[in-house]
Amino acid sequence: MLIASLQNIGGGTLSSLASIGRASLVLFRAIFARPDIISGFRRLVAQIYSVGVLSIVIIAISGFFIGMVLGLQGYTILSRFGADQALGQLIALSMVRELGPVVGALLFAGRAGSALTAEIGLMKTTEQLSSMEMMGVDPVHRVIAPRFWAGQISLPLLTLIFNAVAIVGGYLVGVDWLGVDSGAFWSNMQSAVNFKEDILNGVIKSVVFGTVVTWIAVYQGLNSVPTSEGIGRATTKTVVYSSLCVLGLDFFLTAVMFREL
Amino acid sequence: MRTRLIELWVGIFVVLAIAAFLMLALQVSGLSDFSLHRKGYMVKAEFTNIGGLKPRSKVVISGVTIGRVTEISLEKNNYDEFVALVNMMIFDEFDKIPKDSSAKILTSGLLGDNYISIDPGFEEEFLHNDSYIELTSQAVILEDLISKFLTGNN
Repeated sequence: MLIASLQNIGGGTLSSLASIGRASLVLFRAIFARPDIISGFRRLVAQIYSVGVLSIVIIAISGFFIGMVLGLQGYTILSRFGADQALGQLIALSMVRELGPVVGALLFAGRAGSALTAEIGLMKTTEQLSSMEMMGVDPVHRVIAPRFWAGQISLPLLTLIFNAVAIVGGYLVGVDWLGVDSGAFWSNMQSAVNFKEDILNGVIKSVVFGTVVTWIAVYQGLNSVPTSEGIGRATTKTVVYSSLCVLGLDFFLTAVMFREL
Repeated sequence: MRTRLIELWVGIFVVLAIAAFLMLALQVSGLSDFSLHRKGYMVKAEFTNIGGLKPRSKVVISGVTIGRVTEISLEKNNYDEFVALVNMMIFDEFDKIPKDSSAKILTSGLLGDNYISIDPGFEEEFLHNDSYIELTSQAVILEDLISKFLTGNN
């Protein structure tokens, strides 16, 4: 009984270490896959379409609503202190520093990450990946690398769109509906937001999140148990793990980036 | 035909993202307003206490922003006391600031940010690159005022 539980612990540790090792190898091979310029670029564009372009709608709509909610909530609290002119800086700073990268990455994990996992998992289940290997085509090179780079490129772009739409949404609610002065809205925002420290750090955050979310997604797809149940479980794992990683990493990134401000 | 459509959509996606980036850079962070392309000359001033002054704080004359604080460091002055040496960049278009101007650190509103306000003097010579502002008065620290008020009523 005792021996068996010890064996379980040991086996579990070993297998999770091995899975970290495999995941790192996949990441390494995807990053350093030798690109063939023309056909590789075609595949990348096709993947950016399915990962990025198809996510624009959900990203834009959620961004719009988040901005509007921030405008509404911020206004009711700020106006109690007579500080409703600071609404612009509240919306811009919270979007650009935190909500944009984090909520963008969570939506991206739900919309694109799960789709990536399911696609790769189904390729594995229907033995497309092993038949590629039989033909001498490296599946990491052919299937994983374009998807990885597409996710890596798409998330920062989506986050930029998300931020811009959210600020427009906040403007509509704050200025057009609740009557904050438009000039004060923009000028307070501009004096509070710093290009290098706020906007570029936000972009760096979303690049990191893009790497993590796509990495988890493609690895879970590759590592899935090749049954329909296995694909379902791998998809769930993708969303759960990448949400946890994004929220955890965000804390550390924020601690490093914004401690001095 | 289908790949062409996909390429078109990806192009639209990238252009949208670039437009969003430009909006964030110009409209939200006010990049066009502040510094990168605004040139200026550096002026120094020593303060015994700078309160909450930070790099990027404003420098104003009569409430008009004429520059920014660029760097703050701790130095020893001629009498071997610690002073805060504040470097500030004054924008080039404000080049007629008299040499005997004085600088003081003020607070915008009751709880706002600290900034440097310059009171122009009357000299015919003007501040230039690396010149010192000799007359300075330190920041008003609220705690000091309160303790003065509480302990002595002379």
